[in-house]
Amino acid sequence: MSVYVAPLKDMRFVLNELAGLDELSKLPGYQDATPDTANAILQEASKFATEVLDPLNYSGDQEGSKWRDGAVTTPTGFKAAYQLYCEGGWSALSLDPEWGGQGLPKLLSTPVSEMMTSANMSFSLCPMLTQGAIEAMLLSGSEQLKKVFLPRMFDGRWTGTMNLTEPQAGSDLALVRTKAVPASDPTLGDHYRISGQKIFITFGEHDLTENIVHLVLARTPDAPEGVKGISLFIVPKFLVQADGSLGARNQATCASIEHKLGIHASPTAVMVFENAIGYLLGEENKGLSYMFIMMNAARFAVGLEGVSIAERAFQRALAYAKDRVQGRDLLGGAKAVPIIRHPDVRRMLMLMKSQTEAMRALAYVVSAAVDFSSRTEKTEERQRLQAFVDLMIPVVKGWSTETGIEVASLGVQVHGGMGFIEETGAAQHLRDARITTIYEGTTGIQANDLVGRKIAREGGVTVKEWLAVLRKIDLDLAISGNSDIQAIRSRLAAGAQAVSVCVDFILATAGKDPNAAFAGAVPFLKLMGIVAGGWQMARAALVAEKKIASNDADQLFYAAKITTARFFSDHVLSQAPGLAATVVSGAAAVMALTEDQFLSA
Amino acid sequence: MKVLVSVKRVVDYNVKVRLKADGSGVETANVKMSMNPFDEIALEEAVRLKEAGIATEILAVSCGVLACQETLRTALAIGADRAILVESNEELQPLAVAKLLQSICQKELPQLVILGKQAIDDDANQTGQMLAALLGWPQATFASKLKIADGKAQVTREVDGGLETISIKLPAIVTTDLRLNEPRYVTLPNIMKAKKKPLDNFKPEALGVDVAPRLQTLKVVEPAKRKAGVKLPDAKALVDKLRNEAKVI
Repeated sequence: MSVYVAPLKDMRFVLNELAGLDELSKLPGYQDATPDTANAILQEASKFATEVLDPLNYSGDQEGSKWRDGAVTTPTGFKAAYQLYCEGGWSALSLDPEWGGQGLPKLLSTPVSEMMTSANMSFSLCPMLTQGAIEAMLLSGSEQLKKVFLPRMFDGRWTGTMNLTEPQAGSDLALVRTKAVPASDPTLGDHYRISGQKIFITFGEHDLTENIVHLVLARTPDAPEGVKGISLFIVPKFLVQADGSLGARNQATCASIEHKLGIHASPTAVMVFENAIGYLLGEENKGLSYMFIMMNAARFAVGLEGVSIAERAFQRALAYAKDRVQGRDLLGGAKAVPIIRHPDVRRMLMLMKSQTEAMRALAYVVSAAVDFSSRTEKTEERQRLQAFVDLMIPVVKGWSTETGIEVASLGVQVHGGMGFIEETGAAQHLRDARITTIYEGTTGIQANDLVGRKIAREGGVTVKEWLAVLRKIDLDLAISGNSDIQAIRSRLAAGAQAVSVCVDFILATAGKDPNAAFAGAVPFLKLMGIVAGGWQMARAALVAEKKIASNDADQLFYAAKITTARFFSDHVLSQAPGLAATVVSGAAAVMALTEDQFLSA
Repeated sequence: MKVLVSVKRVVDYNVKVRLKADGSGVETANVKMSMNPFDEIALEEAVRLKEAGIATEILAVSCGVLACQETLRTALAIGADRAILVESNEELQPLAVAKLLQSICQKELPQLVILGKQAIDDDANQTGQMLAALLGWPQATFASKLKIADGKAQVTREVDGGLETISIKLPAIVTTDLRLNEPRYVTLPNIMKAKKKPLDNFKPEALGVDVAPRLQTLKVVEPAKRKAGVKLPDAKALVDKLRNEAKVI
């Protein structure tokens, strides 16, 4: 069932030609991140992903994680693979060197994460959550807590979890009820007793490591109501003694794991805390603000899952389309041909390929902007880059995951009836992809964030700056003599115009008629995604044109890039004006029916 | 004890090789290249000897174009201590490589040279044997087990009839077979460390070796396509065909 090959050529192209790796490696602290080193890292990471993680993808899905008497067994092979993952040092790629990380830029951890996730999405969630927990602790933890927990989380010996959701508190964390009561005793020092139930806890219990470090949102006894009364705690599965060895089992137990549509190998735990010992991270009542600071990273990571699953689904469909012989060529010929020769199958494969490449380019460019903003010394430049990142995070998250599902669904379609059968593996991608538009904030929440916080609240300053960037690239596109690039140019201009019209609409309505502004939030997010993707594909086409002119050796790759960009603009970017119409005139009918009118029975 | 390992940059084993349009050879431009898998096994064995306290230094050597530096960086990341590239744009044939290695061995005086039994591109299976002859050192080819003790190497060889174990005096040449070990995955910290390890660059002339090809490639062609089979009515017809047509029984 092994199909995944890391798309190293495209990754390198995006890193070097679109995201500015070379420039980034000149910034302080990133001297090691040269294109040469990036090459070596990508090469070895791809080897690990394809040889170790990929073979466990299908079997892990079929076997699933199993719960028994509070313990969870991960599928066959996961424990050994996790061991190898830790030994490889992959968990600490972009983490702080002070604690044992390599301190490489996010731009380099991004393709590595993409590969690991493409190879085995369920597996990749465990290190991803650990990374999130580490970042929260770096941000808010006391030196003492960091010393106890961080070294063993950096090297992967202990994993981390995020305990946010409760049965009554999903997207709305103001409703969190888990309690934390201050306590003190001579052996433990100051601590809290945590009681409550948490659900949907990814890798909340497993057999990969000797300890699990839960990060838990809870309320102290006199905390104010709502989001301003939530604090963040560390609750280890096993308590850590003064000498660093493991002590008593904490009362943080796994009551069951969920039966899910996808990501079967990833155990999704129901966690029960009964007077469990916990330690406050940072200050009381600031838990949610710490979570917010980490939210960009988490949402970006899930957006990247969309790219990863799309790439995998595309590769599988492509292999099938080349192999499956069915139906004669439209242009004649007596014999049945591989289905890749049929125009509609081609169209589907091109939709998969072009959207995946566009999403990859946008995600890497945003991740580079995170790095540039963290290292630049000019305050104004930093704020400008940060605002761009903030604007694009909901787009990367919402658009890449929605499109990831679309691509995985096309993957099933390319397989025809065989795609509906589990054995081909195409169905797994669709099932696995389905969670990505839900967790870490649904698409609706991303779109509200985009329309409300990222556009309306700041009067559209950042989005208008971005539109100015699009107008600038229009000038570069204009001087190209390539007819494909000319076609791309007119689509991109229409796309930018569509965004501009919607931004004006949002700014005009968000204050006085919020229902109108938000009714079209998701179509607007999609519009932003395809225009941003079209922007990257246009840049890619311009680079490719130059490479071809300079007689670069890889003519086939660059020619394909231009064609793929052209396809994207005619088949995807062309939807922009329609989406704008939906955003601007579609609101009235969204809110018009009474609740009784919905059902026509 | 110093161990020298030679590594060759070849078309990655996952890549389906294609011919150059003019039939002069295999297309290598814009094709994924990586370390010859047999050489990876050779290097792994050297690293294990070092971890066991038997080897003290591992020197990786590659002969070829400048891009072989990448392969040598991988060797350094796997565990070699330093590397030498003998840089040449010439088509290097086994005898030329053996002579280059001979020259380096005479300077570096390793006790053990481990090579892949063959490279997966030309499958020549000659360099190790030629090097042993040039140096006048004992050789043990196709090793599936290697033990070093008392100035000797005890090597289990994979031969046609099964396994053969021989003992040879060091310094010696060993070439690796597939089952000698399973190479490790390169770790990220070691990739970063490899950047700082020494990598020297020599030209063949500096080593006094004439690398001009002795053999000329006339033409490279794809293997003939397999022809469709035929269905036979019964076993008798099969026996008849095997006897009279294929003449194998």
